[in-house]
Amino acid sequence: MSISPEDIQKIAKLSHLQLEKDKTEKLGQDINNILSFVDQLQAADTSNIEPMAHPMDAEQILRADIVSEHDQREKLAKNAPAIEDGLFLVPRVIE
Amino acid sequence: MFEKSIKELAEGLRQGEFSSQELTKAYLDRIDQYNGNLNAYITVAHEQALADARAADEKIAAGPANIWTGIPFAHKDIFCTEGLLTSCGSKMLSNFVPPYDATVATNFKQAGAVCLGKANMDEFAMGGSNENSFYGPAINPWSTDTSLVPGGSSGGSAVAVAARLAPAATGTDTGGSIRQPAAFCGLTGLKPTYGRVSRYGMVAFASSLDQGGPMARSAEDAAAMLQVMAGYDAKDSTSVKQAVPNYSMHLNQDLKGLRIGLPVEYFNKHLNAAMQKVLEDAIKLFEARGAVCKEISLPHTELAVPAYYVIAPAEASANLSRFDGVRYGYRCDDPQDLMDMYMRSRSEGFGTEVKRRIMVGAYALSAGYYDAYYRKAQQVRRLIKNDFMTAFETVDVILGPTTPSPAFGLGEKGDDPVQMYLEDIYTISANLAGLPALSAPAGTIDGLPVGMQLIGNYFDEARLLAIAHQFQAETNWHTQAPKTELTGL
Amino acid sequence: MKWETVIGLEVHVQLATKSKIFSGSSTTFGAEPNTQANAVDLALPGTLPVPNEQAFRYATMFGLAIDAKINRRSVFERKNYFYPDLPKGYQTTQLDAPIVGSGIVQIQLSNGRTKDIRIHHAHLEEDAGKSLHEDYHGMSGIDLNRAGTPLIEIVSEPDMHTAEEAVEFAKALHSIVTSLGICDGQMSQGSMRFDVNISVRPEGSDTLGTRTETKNLNSFRFMERAIALEVERQIDLIEDGGRVIQETRLYDGEKDTARSMRSKEEANDYRYFPCPDLLPVVLDDSFIDAARAAMPELPKDRKNRFIDNLGLNDYDAGILAASAELSALFESANKVADNAKLCANWVIGELSARLNSDNVNLEDKGFTGDMLGLLVLRIKDGTVSSSGARRVFDILWEGEHADVDAIIETQGLKQVSDTGALEAIVDEVLASMTAQITQYREADDKKRKKLMGGFMGPLMKASKGQGNPKLFNEILQKKLNG
Repeated sequence: MSISPEDIQKIAKLSHLQLEKDKTEKLGQDINNILSFVDQLQAADTSNIEPMAHPMDAEQILRADIVSEHDQREKLAKNAPAIEDGLFLVPRVIE
Repeated sequence: MFEKSIKELAEGLRQGEFSSQELTKAYLDRIDQYNGNLNAYITVAHEQALADARAADEKIAAGPANIWTGIPFAHKDIFCTEGLLTSCGSKMLSNFVPPYDATVATNFKQAGAVCLGKANMDEFAMGGSNENSFYGPAINPWSTDTSLVPGGSSGGSAVAVAARLAPAATGTDTGGSIRQPAAFCGLTGLKPTYGRVSRYGMVAFASSLDQGGPMARSAEDAAAMLQVMAGYDAKDSTSVKQAVPNYSMHLNQDLKGLRIGLPVEYFNKHLNAAMQKVLEDAIKLFEARGAVCKEISLPHTELAVPAYYVIAPAEASANLSRFDGVRYGYRCDDPQDLMDMYMRSRSEGFGTEVKRRIMVGAYALSAGYYDAYYRKAQQVRRLIKNDFMTAFETVDVILGPTTPSPAFGLGEKGDDPVQMYLEDIYTISANLAGLPALSAPAGTIDGLPVGMQLIGNYFDEARLLAIAHQFQAETNWHTQAPKTELTGL
Repeated sequence: MKWETVIGLEVHVQLATKSKIFSGSSTTFGAEPNTQANAVDLALPGTLPVPNEQAFRYATMFGLAIDAKINRRSVFERKNYFYPDLPKGYQTTQLDAPIVGSGIVQIQLSNGRTKDIRIHHAHLEEDAGKSLHEDYHGMSGIDLNRAGTPLIEIVSEPDMHTAEEAVEFAKALHSIVTSLGICDGQMSQGSMRFDVNISVRPEGSDTLGTRTETKNLNSFRFMERAIALEVERQIDLIEDGGRVIQETRLYDGEKDTARSMRSKEEANDYRYFPCPDLLPVVLDDSFIDAARAAMPELPKDRKNRFIDNLGLNDYDAGILAASAELSALFESANKVADNAKLCANWVIGELSARLNSDNVNLEDKGFTGDMLGLLVLRIKDGTVSSSGARRVFDILWEGEHADVDAIIETQGLKQVSDTGALEAIVDEVLASMTAQITQYREADDKKRKKLMGGFMGPLMKASKGQGNPKLFNEILQKKLNG
């Protein structure tokens, strides 16, 4: 399977990554190499094989509905790039 | 002092041979002297380490303490440490000071261990050479004429332990990131069963594959480390509720009758002749101890690397979406608008390999390709697990190489990612299946250490450690130190 | 051409758990920004989700209430998209294996008929935070208190054809989740939010038209208006030769207008895949049985009980049963008054009207079923007339006084039921109405009934409104016919 430059642009956009013009071609080449490498998978006979999401096939343990966490705003805000009145600031969100 | 085992250090502290402060200071001095050559640490926690050592000395003086009380060690910079920069080898987190500890970090703190600092690594644990670190590559201390890579992604941890800049270090292993650098640097490294060690506070690369584990100079030290790291954690839904055995107590369990499987897919024409010789010597030793070796088959081995390079990037593509410049981490200067902030923060904050994998992962999950890539890879994953389950019906452990060859040179693998990915051919299957696997030094090729890999059944870490320990009782590969200019040893 | 409207709903219901779906942070509404968002809610690196058992219990109760299949094994998936109020860059939700399978919700229409609306499925997921658009130097502020609040998203089949049906369906869901106590039902706080999918097609056609989705409606009234507007827009568009495009729309309740949300128009590819941080949730029989046992009475069961045990008619029973609050008030009133029909009339009539016109909650009012029950009892035993009772109700409602008997007393609303005293009044009044008496006696039965009213007015006036009308009527009949 080969991936077109348009596809590369589309995936970059989905991933919110900006491609530098001079690197797009090399990146496309790399991704194509990787995809043709993983295409070996297509040869495997996987009929009736349940996909394995998890090594253990274990079940989820649920947590009791208890409020165990309290206000940590001050502590958590220290890593914030921009904060005011306890709100994380970002360039204007337009809906 | 720098050649002592964890147990010997603990005894030294109790006997008053040296204090934790003296021990810690001695390591910090070595770090100050040699880290410039080796780039093993991203952050050195001078003050905190000495303060912790002081507290440990008081605790030891006051009465019985944990074996780890006062023992210095290093954390891979992927484990969140409260108040201490946790960069994950990325520009994206080059300003991130976690407000909490990873469960593994908490465990070491509670045991009284002294964290010397945070070890270098490939960015977000993506890589097998440590060349993908924002902080520059760590250097293999065995390097002489040319600079060799220490392996990755836990390269800094391996370098720190091998170069005697830490008695032991934590690592994480998603596709071989503990075992491969352990092999390249002459260490014992163990990737535990998936779910044995909590992933809480360990920055995620590929959640269903990531597992933290010990990197040490011997199986005995690795056992002591795993004892602290292992256990169920209610904060990690994927950690397993199963009792943790006393690993040190099992180190001498009898190897007589041990059934060792040798996969034909590992011992084939592709295997380097020198590597084959190293492994055959190890096999002879085990047979002399009463073990029985048997040829087995893991027919889907060849599909492991392709399956991994779909699943790991797919999970990573979602795991790394949280790095958006909104709440923490890198944000670009002067964003023009919201989209510009996202695009530039992520593009400037992530390195090339990380971006490549995010995009491969996004592609594998995208509409129209999910079944062909992601679903297919998850099915192949089950085939690989089934191979192992069949093998473990007739053998107790599987032996093979950890890597195709010893450490390669910096920049040697060029810039073809697929060539680099194939380095993981022997290690990746254990991650896909979730099995425990250990690498122990088993010889040298051209003067450079290489490892043998032991893959065990689920929760059989004690057995892997015992086999390695008894191998180490009769060999001295693991005690060899890199006596090079880089280390001053 | 005649057009048929096709409507399907996606309803987000915030579950009334104490803590969030994947973290131990509180879900209380209205806290200071980001004081209820911990490391997990902020998606700090290395943090992991641990699901809340109560969210599963509540979702199970909802499933049982709509006679749906509860999926014993449900799986969380990641839905990937970037938005500043979505900290992980993906929403943890369910797709292929939702907890609640297909079910049925019955709605009651104003023409007296009922209709079954099919539920496609309902799944558990986490809510996002909020973007506040007040001006922070040209920037938006992100508050993540709401991020991680458990939601069930209920997805209906496109079974509705009018705004009334859609609104009744929304009300029925509101009634179910509040009766179950799994949601506080506070629509103004966003506890229930409706996305409405609307399309139109020529009547008789069996292919669906292109649909639009109007998002985040949080009142029944807005929903009704938004549907009316959108249906009109689509029909106008098609009749003018245009074409409806699939898009997301936003309705502005204040301006009563809607517009396309361009930001959501970019072709999204959510790249769902099973969340590797969570394991499949497997619910066993004992969990489901316990959830069933913990369920309070459902509206549909309550309605049947009101009809079968209390003799209410279908319509009254349906209206009362739909509201857990009104039902409770009605039942406690009836316990005191032992007159279901009269109690129902008061609850459905006077009380509901006042609730609507004053736009208040019963809980805040301090008006109790006991008060109403005693009032009805006093009507029943003749102590107070219906019009007098209305006056008593006003006083009770305004909270000026809480004792029914005392109000009747102090307001002089007590009816005179002493036949001797009433007879004296009748005699006195009739003495001045000889012409009318003659007219009455000459009239036929039908006309007589009408003329009776002419005597009642003066009698009530003479008794200062306190005479028992029923007794007056009896005495009058006796005298006039006698």
